[in-house]
Amino acid sequence: MSSMLSRFLGDVGFQLTLAVQVVLRAGSSWRRRTLVADQLFQSGLKVVHVVLLVGLFIGMIVALQTGLELSRFGQQDQIGTIVALSMCREMGPFITATILAATVGSALAAELGTMAVSEELAALEVMSIDRISFLVMPRVLAAAIVCPMLTVLCDAIGIVGGGLIAQSQLNVGMSLYYDSVLESLNDRGLPFDLPKDVYTGLFKSFVFGIVLSVISCAAGVQATSGAMGVGNATRKAVRDSIIAIIVSNYFLSWMFFNT
Amino acid sequence: MSANDAAQRDVIIRYEDVHKAFGPKVVLAGFDLEVYRGEAFAIMGPSGTGKSVALRHVIGLLKPDSGVVTVDGNDMRTIERDKLRELRSRMGYVFQEAALLNWLSAGENVALPLRETTRLPDAEIREKVNAKLALVQVPDVYNKMPNELSGGMRKRVGLARALVTDPEIILYDEPTAGLDPEISSSINHLMRDLAQQLHVTSLIVTHHIGCVRTTADRVGLLDGGKLHYVSNPQEFIHSTEPRLVRFLGDKLD
Ligand SMILES: Nc1ncnc2c1ncn2[C@@H]1O[C@H](COP(=O)(O)OP(=O)(O)OP(=O)(O)O)[C@@H](O)[C@H]1O
Ligand SMILES: [Mg+2]
Repeated sequence: MSSMLSRFLGDVGFQLTLAVQVVLRAGSSWRRRTLVADQLFQSGLKVVHVVLLVGLFIGMIVALQTGLELSRFGQQDQIGTIVALSMCREMGPFITATILAATVGSALAAELGTMAVSEELAALEVMSIDRISFLVMPRVLAAAIVCPMLTVLCDAIGIVGGGLIAQSQLNVGMSLYYDSVLESLNDRGLPFDLPKDVYTGLFKSFVFGIVLSVISCAAGVQATSGAMGVGNATRKAVRDSIIAIIVSNYFLSWMFFNT
Repeated sequence: MSANDAAQRDVIIRYEDVHKAFGPKVVLAGFDLEVYRGEAFAIMGPSGTGKSVALRHVIGLLKPDSGVVTVDGNDMRTIERDKLRELRSRMGYVFQEAALLNWLSAGENVALPLRETTRLPDAEIREKVNAKLALVQVPDVYNKMPNELSGGMRKRVGLARALVTDPEIILYDEPTAGLDPEISSSINHLMRDLAQQLHVTSLIVTHHIGCVRTTADRVGLLDGGKLHYVSNPQEFIHSTEPRLVRFLGDKLD
Protein backbone atom coordinates (compact mmCIF):
# COMPACT_ATOMS: atom_id res chain seq x y z
CA MET A 1 0.00 0.00 0.00
CA SER A 2 2.68 2.49 0.96
CA SER A 3 4.76 1.38 -2.01
CA MET A 4 1.76 2.06 -4.24
CA LEU A 5 1.44 5.50 -2.72
CA SER A 6 5.11 6.27 -3.16
CA ARG A 7 4.98 5.06 -6.76
CA PHE A 8 1.94 7.27 -7.36
CA LEU A 9 3.65 10.29 -5.82
CA GLY A 10 6.79 9.55 -7.79
CA ASP A 11 4.80 9.40 -11.03
CA VAL A 12 2.92 12.60 -10.33
CA GLY A 13 6.16 14.30 -9.35
CA PHE A 14 7.79 13.22 -12.59
CA GLN A 15 4.80 14.37 -14.63
CA LEU A 16 4.65 17.76 -12.92
CA THR A 17 8.39 18.25 -13.34
CA LEU A 18 8.07 17.40 -17.01
CA ALA A 19 5.19 19.84 -17.39
CA VAL A 20 7.24 22.62 -15.81
CA GLN A 21 10.22 21.82 -18.02
CA VAL A 22 7.97 21.92 -21.09
CA VAL A 23 6.65 25.33 -20.07
CA LEU A 24 10.20 26.58 -19.53
CA ARG A 25 11.03 25.56 -23.09
CA ALA A 26 7.94 27.06 -24.66
CA GLY A 27 10.20 29.82 -25.94
CA SER A 28 11.79 27.44 -28.41
CA SER A 29 8.46 26.62 -30.05
CA TRP A 30 9.16 28.88 -33.01
CA ARG A 31 12.51 27.24 -33.60
CA ARG A 32 10.74 23.88 -33.37
CA ARG A 33 7.85 24.91 -35.60
CA THR A 34 8.37 22.19 -38.19
CA LEU A 35 8.36 19.56 -35.46
CA VAL A 36 5.22 21.11 -33.99
CA ALA A 37 3.52 21.21 -37.37
CA ASP A 38 4.45 17.59 -37.91
CA GLN A 39 2.87 16.66 -34.62
CA LEU A 40 -0.23 18.73 -35.32
CA PHE A 41 -0.72 16.72 -38.44
CA GLN A 42 0.04 13.44 -36.69
CA SER A 43 -2.20 14.03 -33.73
CA GLY A 44 -4.93 16.12 -35.30
CA LEU A 45 -5.88 14.91 -38.73
CA LYS A 46 -5.62 11.26 -37.93
CA VAL A 47 -8.41 11.32 -35.38
CA VAL A 48 -10.81 13.83 -36.94
CA HIS A 49 -13.08 11.08 -38.22
CA VAL A 50 -13.20 9.40 -34.81
CA VAL A 51 -14.12 12.65 -33.11
CA LEU A 52 -16.82 13.32 -35.69
CA LEU A 53 -18.34 9.89 -35.39
CA VAL A 54 -18.30 9.77 -31.60
CA GLY A 55 -19.44 13.39 -31.27
CA LEU A 56 -22.40 12.75 -33.54
CA PHE A 57 -23.58 9.83 -31.48
CA ILE A 58 -23.00 11.58 -28.17
CA GLY A 59 -25.22 14.42 -29.34
CA MET A 60 -27.86 11.93 -30.41
CA ILE A 61 -27.69 10.11 -27.08
CA VAL A 62 -28.01 13.31 -25.05
CA ALA A 63 -30.96 14.40 -27.17
CA LEU A 64 -32.66 11.05 -26.90
CA GLN A 65 -32.17 10.59 -23.16
CA THR A 66 -33.16 14.05 -22.05
CA GLY A 67 -35.62 14.61 -24.86
CA LEU A 68 -37.80 11.70 -23.85
CA GLU A 69 -37.92 13.00 -20.28
CA LEU A 70 -38.62 16.54 -21.41
CA SER A 71 -41.42 15.45 -23.68
CA ARG A 72 -43.23 13.89 -20.72
CA PHE A 73 -43.60 17.42 -19.41
CA GLY A 74 -44.18 18.92 -22.83
CA GLN A 75 -40.84 20.71 -22.64
CA GLN A 76 -39.18 19.11 -25.65
CA ASP A 77 -38.71 22.52 -27.25
CA GLN A 78 -35.84 23.01 -24.79
CA ILE A 79 -33.87 20.16 -26.28
CA GLY A 80 -31.62 22.46 -28.33
CA THR A 81 -30.52 24.32 -25.22
CA ILE A 82 -29.76 21.14 -23.35
CA VAL A 83 -27.78 19.51 -26.15
CA ALA A 84 -25.84 22.70 -26.86
CA LEU A 85 -24.92 23.34 -23.25
CA SER A 86 -23.99 19.78 -22.38
CA MET A 87 -21.91 19.39 -25.54
CA CYS A 88 -20.05 22.67 -25.05
CA ARG A 89 -19.58 22.47 -21.31
CA GLU A 90 -18.81 18.84 -20.72
CA MET A 91 -19.30 16.32 -23.45
CA GLY A 92 -17.26 17.94 -26.21
CA PRO A 93 -14.12 18.62 -24.17
CA PHE A 94 -14.28 15.39 -22.23
CA ILE A 95 -15.06 13.07 -25.12
CA THR A 96 -12.47 14.70 -27.37
CA ALA A 97 -9.78 14.49 -24.71
CA THR A 98 -10.61 10.88 -24.01
CA ILE A 99 -10.38 10.01 -27.69
CA LEU A 100 -7.06 11.82 -27.90
CA ALA A 101 -5.78 10.02 -24.81
CA ALA A 102 -6.64 6.65 -26.32
CA THR A 103 -5.23 7.40 -29.76
CA VAL A 104 -2.63 10.15 -29.68
CA GLY A 105 -1.63 9.55 -26.05
CA SER A 106 -1.00 5.87 -26.58
CA ALA A 107 0.88 6.61 -29.79
CA LEU A 108 3.08 9.15 -28.01
CA ALA A 109 3.88 6.72 -25.23
CA ALA A 110 4.64 3.95 -27.69
CA GLU A 111 6.80 6.21 -29.82
CA LEU A 112 8.83 7.68 -26.98
CA GLY A 113 8.90 4.31 -25.22
CA THR A 114 10.39 2.69 -28.29
CA MET A 115 12.95 5.46 -28.44
CA ALA A 116 13.84 4.92 -24.80
CA VAL A 117 14.21 1.19 -25.24
CA SER A 118 16.21 1.38 -28.46
CA GLU A 119 18.68 3.84 -26.92
CA GLU A 120 17.53 6.73 -29.12
CA LEU A 121 16.97 8.88 -26.05
CA ALA A 122 20.44 7.97 -24.85
CA ALA A 123 21.77 8.95 -28.27
CA LEU A 124 20.12 12.36 -27.98
CA GLU A 125 21.59 12.80 -24.52
CA VAL A 126 25.04 11.89 -25.72
CA MET A 127 24.73 14.48 -28.49
CA SER A 128 23.67 17.06 -25.85
CA ILE A 129 20.30 17.47 -27.56
CA ASP A 130 17.64 18.46 -25.08
CA ARG A 131 14.96 15.82 -25.43
CA ILE A 132 12.31 17.95 -23.80
CA SER A 133 12.76 20.77 -26.27
CA PHE A 134 13.32 18.38 -29.16
CA LEU A 135 10.71 15.71 -28.46
CA VAL A 136 8.32 16.52 -25.65
CA MET A 137 7.58 20.22 -26.07
CA PRO A 138 6.48 19.95 -29.72
CA ARG A 139 4.16 17.07 -28.85
CA VAL A 140 2.62 18.86 -25.89
CA LEU A 141 2.17 22.08 -27.81
CA ALA A 142 0.55 20.23 -30.69
CA ALA A 143 -1.85 18.46 -28.34
CA ALA A 144 -2.70 21.74 -26.60
CA ILE A 145 -3.62 23.23 -29.98
CA VAL A 146 -5.35 20.20 -31.44
CA CYS A 147 -7.52 19.35 -28.48
CA PRO A 148 -9.57 22.59 -28.48
CA MET A 149 -9.81 22.52 -32.27
CA LEU A 150 -11.22 19.03 -32.27
CA THR A 151 -13.48 19.97 -29.40
CA VAL A 152 -15.11 22.64 -31.56
CA LEU A 153 -15.78 19.99 -34.17
CA CYS A 154 -17.10 17.60 -31.58
CA ASP A 155 -19.42 20.26 -30.14
CA ALA A 156 -20.72 21.14 -33.58
CA ILE A 157 -21.33 17.62 -34.81
CA GLY A 158 -22.92 16.72 -31.47
CA ILE A 159 -25.38 19.57 -31.87
CA VAL A 160 -26.15 18.34 -35.37
CA GLY A 161 -26.70 14.83 -33.99
CA GLY A 162 -29.05 16.20 -31.37
CA GLY A 163 -30.94 18.01 -34.13
CA LEU A 164 -31.43 14.80 -36.06
CA ILE A 165 -32.97 13.18 -33.01
CA ALA A 166 -35.03 16.25 -32.17
CA GLN A 167 -36.59 16.13 -35.59
CA SER A 168 -36.97 12.40 -36.05
CA GLN A 169 -37.84 11.26 -32.53
CA LEU A 170 -39.15 14.29 -30.67
CA ASN A 171 -41.00 16.12 -33.40
CA VAL A 172 -39.07 19.29 -32.76
CA GLY A 173 -38.49 21.07 -36.05
CA MET A 174 -35.00 21.88 -37.20
CA SER A 175 -35.51 25.61 -37.13
CA LEU A 176 -36.92 25.56 -33.63
CA TYR A 177 -34.07 23.36 -32.51
CA TYR A 178 -31.39 25.59 -33.98
CA ASP A 179 -33.08 28.69 -32.63
CA SER A 180 -32.85 27.33 -29.13
CA VAL A 181 -29.24 26.23 -29.73
CA LEU A 182 -28.29 29.68 -30.92
CA GLU A 183 -30.18 31.38 -28.16
CA SER A 184 -28.41 29.36 -25.51
CA LEU A 185 -25.03 30.00 -27.12
CA ASN A 186 -25.61 33.67 -27.68
CA ASP A 187 -26.05 37.05 -26.32
CA ARG A 188 -23.95 36.89 -23.21
CA GLY A 189 -21.79 39.88 -24.00
CA LEU A 190 -18.55 37.98 -24.60
CA PRO A 191 -16.50 38.24 -27.82
CA PHE A 192 -18.00 36.58 -30.89
CA ASP A 193 -21.28 36.46 -29.05
CA LEU A 194 -20.35 33.12 -27.64
CA PRO A 195 -21.17 32.28 -24.07
CA LYS A 196 -18.99 31.42 -21.15
CA ASP A 197 -19.90 27.77 -21.76
CA VAL A 198 -18.02 27.62 -25.02
CA TYR A 199 -14.97 29.44 -23.68
CA THR A 200 -14.72 27.41 -20.52
CA GLY A 201 -15.14 24.24 -22.57
CA LEU A 202 -12.32 25.23 -24.86
CA PHE A 203 -10.11 26.26 -21.99
CA LYS A 204 -10.76 22.89 -20.41
CA SER A 205 -9.80 21.06 -23.55
CA PHE A 206 -6.64 23.13 -23.81
CA VAL A 207 -5.73 21.93 -20.31
CA PHE A 208 -6.75 18.36 -21.16
CA GLY A 209 -4.50 18.44 -24.21
CA ILE A 210 -1.53 19.40 -22.06
CA VAL A 211 -2.42 16.91 -19.34
CA LEU A 212 -2.79 13.93 -21.63
CA SER A 213 0.29 14.67 -23.69
CA VAL A 214 2.55 15.34 -20.70
CA ILE A 215 1.38 12.15 -19.00
CA SER A 216 1.81 10.11 -22.16
CA CYS A 217 5.27 11.51 -22.87
CA ALA A 218 6.28 10.89 -19.26
CA ALA A 219 5.17 7.28 -19.51
CA GLY A 220 7.08 6.91 -22.77
CA VAL A 221 10.41 8.31 -21.68
CA GLN A 222 10.28 6.21 -18.52
CA ALA A 223 9.69 2.98 -20.41
CA THR A 224 12.02 0.21 -19.33
CA SER A 225 13.62 -2.20 -21.71
CA GLY A 226 12.31 -5.66 -22.33
CA ALA A 227 9.37 -6.94 -24.27
CA MET A 228 6.84 -5.56 -21.79
CA GLY A 229 8.37 -2.11 -21.44
CA VAL A 230 6.65 -0.28 -24.28
CA GLY A 231 3.34 -2.09 -23.78
CA ASN A 232 3.28 -1.15 -20.12
CA ALA A 233 4.14 2.45 -20.91
CA THR A 234 1.30 2.66 -23.41
CA ARG A 235 -1.23 1.16 -21.05
CA LYS A 236 -0.12 3.42 -18.24
CA ALA A 237 -0.29 6.48 -20.50
CA VAL A 238 -3.91 5.88 -21.46
CA ARG A 239 -5.04 4.91 -17.98
CA ASP A 240 -3.36 7.81 -16.21
CA SER A 241 -4.39 10.31 -18.87
CA ILE A 242 -8.04 9.40 -18.61
CA ILE A 243 -7.96 9.52 -14.82
CA ALA A 244 -6.19 12.88 -14.87
CA ILE A 245 -8.65 14.26 -17.44
CA ILE A 246 -11.60 13.29 -15.27
CA VAL A 247 -10.09 14.62 -12.05
CA SER A 248 -8.93 17.88 -13.59
CA ASN A 249 -12.31 18.19 -15.30
CA TYR A 250 -13.97 18.25 -11.91
CA PHE A 251 -11.66 20.94 -10.57
CA LEU A 252 -11.92 23.06 -13.70
CA SER A 253 -15.72 22.85 -13.65
CA TRP A 254 -15.71 23.72 -10.00
CA MET A 255 -13.45 26.68 -10.69
CA PHE A 256 -15.62 28.07 -13.47
CA PHE A 257 -19.11 27.38 -12.26
CA ASN A 258 -18.81 27.61 -8.51
CA THR A 259 -19.46 31.34 -8.39
CA MET B 1 52.14 1.76 -30.85
CA SER B 2 52.74 -0.79 -28.12
CA ALA B 3 51.43 -1.01 -24.60
CA ASN B 4 54.76 0.28 -23.33
CA ASP B 5 54.68 3.43 -25.41
CA ALA B 6 51.15 4.04 -24.29
CA ALA B 7 52.12 3.73 -20.66
CA GLN B 8 54.31 6.78 -21.02
CA ARG B 9 51.37 8.95 -21.89
CA ASP B 10 48.62 10.41 -19.84
CA VAL B 11 45.49 8.60 -18.85
CA ILE B 12 42.34 9.98 -20.48
CA ILE B 13 39.76 7.48 -19.23
CA ARG B 14 40.12 5.99 -15.77
CA TYR B 15 37.87 3.53 -13.97
CA GLU B 16 38.77 2.96 -10.33
CA ASP B 17 37.10 0.14 -8.47
CA VAL B 18 33.77 0.78 -10.20
CA HIS B 19 30.74 -1.04 -8.88
CA LYS B 20 27.38 -0.99 -10.63
CA ALA B 21 24.26 -3.01 -9.95
CA PHE B 22 20.71 -2.83 -11.24
CA GLY B 23 18.55 -3.86 -8.31
CA PRO B 24 19.85 -7.26 -7.21
CA LYS B 25 21.79 -7.76 -10.45
CA VAL B 26 25.45 -6.93 -9.91
CA VAL B 27 27.06 -6.00 -13.22
CA LEU B 28 30.36 -4.28 -12.47
CA ALA B 29 32.21 -5.26 -9.30
CA GLY B 30 35.61 -3.69 -8.91
CA PHE B 31 36.12 -2.71 -12.54
CA ASP B 32 39.51 -1.04 -13.07
CA LEU B 33 40.88 0.32 -16.30
CA GLU B 34 43.13 3.11 -17.51
CA VAL B 35 42.98 4.11 -21.16
CA TYR B 36 45.77 6.32 -22.43
CA ARG B 37 45.36 9.29 -24.69
CA GLY B 38 45.48 8.17 -28.31
CA GLU B 39 45.19 4.52 -27.42
CA ALA B 40 42.70 1.99 -28.74
CA PHE B 41 41.53 -0.32 -25.97
CA ALA B 42 39.23 -3.25 -26.67
CA ILE B 43 36.92 -4.88 -24.14
CA MET B 44 35.84 -8.41 -24.93
CA GLY B 45 33.59 -10.64 -22.89
CA PRO B 46 30.62 -12.99 -22.94
CA SER B 47 27.19 -11.56 -23.68
CA GLY B 48 25.48 -9.86 -20.78
CA THR B 49 28.61 -9.33 -18.68
CA GLY B 50 28.28 -5.55 -18.68
CA LYS B 51 30.43 -4.35 -21.57
CA SER B 52 27.83 -1.83 -22.69
CA VAL B 53 27.26 -0.82 -19.08
CA ALA B 54 30.98 -0.15 -18.66
CA LEU B 55 31.04 1.94 -21.83
CA ARG B 56 28.05 4.04 -20.78
CA HIS B 57 29.86 5.24 -17.69
CA VAL B 58 32.42 7.05 -19.81
CA ILE B 59 29.88 9.35 -21.39
CA GLY B 60 27.80 9.92 -18.29
CA LEU B 61 24.78 7.82 -19.30
CA LEU B 62 25.30 5.79 -16.13
CA LYS B 63 26.90 6.71 -12.84
CA PRO B 64 28.82 4.23 -10.71
CA ASP B 65 27.27 3.06 -7.44
CA SER B 66 30.71 3.32 -5.96
CA GLY B 67 34.17 3.91 -7.33
CA VAL B 68 35.19 6.62 -9.74
CA VAL B 69 35.13 7.14 -13.48
CA THR B 70 37.17 10.08 -14.72
CA VAL B 71 37.38 11.30 -18.28
CA ASP B 72 40.04 13.83 -19.15
CA GLY B 73 40.34 14.63 -15.46
CA ASN B 74 36.61 15.08 -14.86
CA ASP B 75 34.90 12.96 -12.24
CA MET B 76 31.80 11.76 -14.06
CA ARG B 77 29.76 11.56 -10.86
CA THR B 78 30.11 15.21 -10.00
CA ILE B 79 30.75 16.83 -13.37
CA GLU B 80 28.77 20.01 -13.97
CA ARG B 81 26.26 20.23 -16.78
CA ASP B 82 28.15 22.67 -18.93
CA LYS B 83 31.37 20.77 -18.50
CA LEU B 84 29.59 17.52 -19.36
CA ARG B 85 28.15 19.11 -22.48
CA GLU B 86 31.59 20.31 -23.51
CA LEU B 87 33.13 16.91 -22.80
CA ARG B 88 30.42 15.09 -24.72
CA SER B 89 30.96 17.37 -27.68
CA ARG B 90 34.44 15.88 -27.89
CA MET B 91 33.19 12.31 -27.75
CA GLY B 92 31.40 10.02 -30.15
CA TYR B 93 29.33 7.01 -29.17
CA VAL B 94 28.52 4.21 -31.57
CA PHE B 95 25.44 2.48 -30.19
CA GLN B 96 25.07 -1.26 -30.36
CA GLU B 97 21.77 -1.00 -32.26
CA ALA B 98 22.61 2.23 -34.10
CA ALA B 99 19.87 4.16 -32.26
CA LEU B 100 18.85 6.25 -35.28
CA LEU B 101 15.71 8.37 -35.03
CA ASN B 102 13.30 6.61 -37.33
CA TRP B 103 11.45 9.78 -38.39
CA LEU B 104 14.57 11.41 -39.80
CA SER B 105 16.35 10.34 -42.95
CA ALA B 106 19.72 8.67 -42.59
CA GLY B 107 21.47 11.87 -43.64
CA GLU B 108 19.50 14.01 -41.23
CA ASN B 109 20.33 11.58 -38.45
CA VAL B 110 23.99 12.12 -39.14
CA ALA B 111 23.43 15.87 -39.48
CA LEU B 112 21.57 16.07 -36.18
CA PRO B 113 24.49 16.86 -33.85
CA LEU B 114 25.66 19.57 -36.23
CA ARG B 115 22.20 21.06 -36.69
CA GLU B 116 21.47 21.09 -33.00
CA THR B 117 24.76 22.16 -31.51
CA THR B 118 26.47 24.25 -34.18
CA ARG B 119 25.54 27.17 -36.42
CA LEU B 120 27.04 25.77 -39.59
CA PRO B 121 25.19 26.62 -42.80
CA ASP B 122 23.12 23.89 -44.36
CA ALA B 123 25.42 23.36 -47.35
CA GLU B 124 28.41 22.79 -45.12
CA ILE B 125 26.48 20.37 -42.93
CA ARG B 126 25.42 18.37 -45.96
CA GLU B 127 28.94 18.29 -47.23
CA LYS B 128 30.28 16.98 -43.92
CA VAL B 129 27.50 14.43 -43.66
CA ASN B 130 28.09 13.11 -47.15
CA ALA B 131 31.80 12.87 -46.46
CA LYS B 132 31.20 10.77 -43.34
CA LEU B 133 28.64 8.60 -45.08
CA ALA B 134 31.19 7.94 -47.80
CA LEU B 135 33.81 7.18 -45.18
CA VAL B 136 31.67 4.42 -43.68
CA GLN B 137 30.81 3.21 -47.17
CA VAL B 138 27.15 4.04 -47.37
CA PRO B 139 27.43 6.95 -49.80
CA ASP B 140 23.93 6.98 -51.27
CA VAL B 141 21.68 6.82 -48.27
CA TYR B 142 21.25 10.50 -47.37
CA ASN B 143 17.56 10.53 -48.21
CA LYS B 144 16.71 6.99 -47.19
CA MET B 145 14.73 6.46 -44.03
CA PRO B 146 16.30 4.19 -41.39
CA ASN B 147 13.68 1.50 -41.86
CA GLU B 148 14.61 1.25 -45.53
CA LEU B 149 18.17 0.30 -44.60
CA SER B 150 19.60 -3.04 -43.56
CA GLY B 151 20.86 -3.49 -40.01
CA GLY B 152 24.44 -3.25 -41.17
CA MET B 153 23.76 -0.04 -43.06
CA ARG B 154 22.02 1.50 -40.08
CA LYS B 155 25.00 0.56 -37.99
CA ARG B 156 27.31 2.40 -40.33
CA VAL B 157 25.02 5.44 -40.40
CA GLY B 158 25.23 5.38 -36.61
CA LEU B 159 29.00 5.29 -36.92
CA ALA B 160 28.92 8.24 -39.31
CA ARG B 161 26.81 10.17 -36.79
CA ALA B 162 29.35 9.50 -34.07
CA LEU B 163 32.15 10.68 -36.36
CA VAL B 164 30.51 13.76 -37.82
CA THR B 165 31.67 16.06 -35.03
CA ASP B 166 35.26 14.78 -35.35
CA PRO B 167 35.49 13.55 -31.77
CA GLU B 168 38.70 13.01 -29.82
CA ILE B 169 37.33 10.04 -27.93
CA ILE B 170 35.16 7.43 -29.62
CA LEU B 171 33.28 4.75 -27.74
CA TYR B 172 32.33 1.86 -29.98
CA ASP B 173 29.71 -0.61 -28.81
CA GLU B 174 30.18 -3.59 -31.11
CA PRO B 175 30.90 -1.55 -34.22
CA THR B 176 31.16 -4.57 -36.50
CA ALA B 177 28.49 -6.85 -35.09
CA GLY B 178 26.13 -7.95 -37.83
CA LEU B 179 28.31 -6.71 -40.67
CA ASP B 180 29.62 -9.03 -43.33
CA PRO B 181 33.34 -9.84 -43.16
CA GLU B 182 34.34 -7.50 -45.94
CA ILE B 183 32.56 -4.48 -44.48
CA SER B 184 33.75 -5.43 -41.00
CA SER B 185 37.28 -5.41 -42.18
CA SER B 186 36.94 -2.01 -43.80
CA ILE B 187 35.32 -0.59 -40.66
CA ASN B 188 38.18 -2.04 -38.63
CA HIS B 189 40.64 -0.29 -40.89
CA LEU B 190 38.68 2.94 -40.63
CA MET B 191 38.84 2.70 -36.84
CA ARG B 192 42.55 2.06 -36.99
CA ASP B 193 43.11 5.00 -39.32
CA LEU B 194 41.16 7.29 -37.04
CA ALA B 195 43.35 6.23 -34.16
CA GLN B 196 46.64 6.40 -36.02
CA GLN B 197 46.12 9.42 -38.21
CA LEU B 198 43.90 11.57 -36.04
CA HIS B 199 45.10 10.29 -32.65
CA VAL B 200 41.57 9.53 -31.56
CA THR B 201 41.26 7.62 -28.30
CA SER B 202 39.06 4.56 -28.79
CA LEU B 203 37.33 2.30 -26.33
CA ILE B 204 35.93 -0.60 -28.28
CA VAL B 205 33.52 -3.25 -27.12
CA THR B 206 33.63 -6.14 -29.52
CA HIS B 207 33.06 -9.85 -30.04
CA HIS B 208 35.27 -9.98 -33.10
CA ILE B 209 38.83 -11.06 -32.66
CA GLY B 210 39.57 -9.59 -36.08
CA CYS B 211 38.50 -6.19 -34.80
CA VAL B 212 40.83 -6.55 -31.83
CA ARG B 213 43.72 -7.64 -34.04
CA THR B 214 43.35 -4.76 -36.43
CA THR B 215 42.41 -1.92 -34.17
CA ALA B 216 43.44 -2.50 -30.58
CA ASP B 217 46.63 -1.53 -28.80
CA ARG B 218 45.49 -3.38 -25.72
CA VAL B 219 42.61 -5.67 -24.89
CA GLY B 220 41.02 -7.12 -21.77
CA LEU B 221 38.35 -9.66 -20.91
CA LEU B 222 35.37 -8.53 -18.87
CA ASP B 223 34.01 -11.32 -16.74
CA GLY B 224 32.46 -11.35 -13.28
CA GLY B 225 32.33 -7.58 -13.19
CA LYS B 226 36.10 -7.14 -13.53
CA LEU B 227 38.58 -6.77 -16.33
CA HIS B 228 41.08 -9.63 -16.68
CA TYR B 229 44.16 -10.46 -18.73
CA VAL B 230 44.82 -6.94 -19.96
CA SER B 231 47.58 -7.19 -22.54
CA ASN B 232 48.36 -6.56 -26.17
CA PRO B 233 46.31 -8.46 -28.74
CA GLN B 234 49.07 -10.95 -29.56
CA GLU B 235 49.55 -12.03 -25.96
CA PHE B 236 45.83 -12.00 -25.37
CA ILE B 237 45.07 -14.24 -28.30
CA HIS B 238 47.88 -16.65 -27.61
CA SER B 239 47.38 -16.78 -23.88
CA THR B 240 47.13 -20.20 -22.28
CA GLU B 241 44.91 -19.01 -19.42
CA PRO B 242 42.12 -21.59 -19.35
CA ARG B 243 39.33 -19.04 -19.02
CA LEU B 244 40.65 -17.04 -21.94
CA VAL B 245 41.21 -20.12 -24.04
CA ARG B 246 37.64 -21.16 -23.38
CA PHE B 247 36.28 -17.71 -24.22
CA LEU B 248 38.34 -17.34 -27.38
CA GLY B 249 37.85 -20.95 -28.41
CA ASP B 250 35.07 -20.45 -30.92
CA LYS B 251 36.27 -17.00 -32.02
CA LEU B 252 39.69 -17.96 -33.38
CA ASP B 253 39.50 -19.43 -36.80
N1 LIG C 1 19.29 -0.02 -17.45
C1 LIG C 1 19.36 -1.28 -17.00
N2 LIG C 1 18.50 -1.72 -16.07
C2 LIG C 1 18.57 -2.97 -15.59
N3 LIG C 1 19.48 -3.87 -15.98
C3 LIG C 1 20.36 -3.50 -16.90
C4 LIG C 1 20.36 -2.18 -17.47
N4 LIG C 1 21.38 -2.11 -18.34
C5 LIG C 1 21.97 -3.31 -18.34
N5 LIG C 1 21.37 -4.15 -17.48
C6 LIG C 1 21.78 -5.53 -17.19
O1 LIG C 1 23.17 -5.54 -17.02
C7 LIG C 1 23.73 -6.68 -17.61
C8 LIG C 1 24.83 -6.29 -18.55
O2 LIG C 1 24.27 -5.63 -19.67
P1 LIG C 1 25.13 -5.14 -20.89
O3 LIG C 1 24.17 -4.58 -21.88
O4 LIG C 1 26.21 -4.24 -20.43
O5 LIG C 1 25.78 -6.48 -21.43
P2 LIG C 1 26.80 -6.64 -22.62
O6 LIG C 1 28.05 -7.18 -22.05
O7 LIG C 1 26.89 -5.38 -23.39
O8 LIG C 1 26.13 -7.78 -23.48
P3 LIG C 1 25.95 -7.92 -25.06
O9 LIG C 1 27.21 -8.50 -25.57
O10 LIG C 1 24.83 -8.86 -25.21
O11 LIG C 1 25.66 -6.55 -25.60
C9 LIG C 1 22.61 -7.43 -18.28
O12 LIG C 1 22.24 -8.50 -17.47
C10 LIG C 1 21.49 -6.43 -18.36
O13 LIG C 1 20.27 -7.08 -18.21
MG1 LIG D 1 26.20 -4.67 -25.14
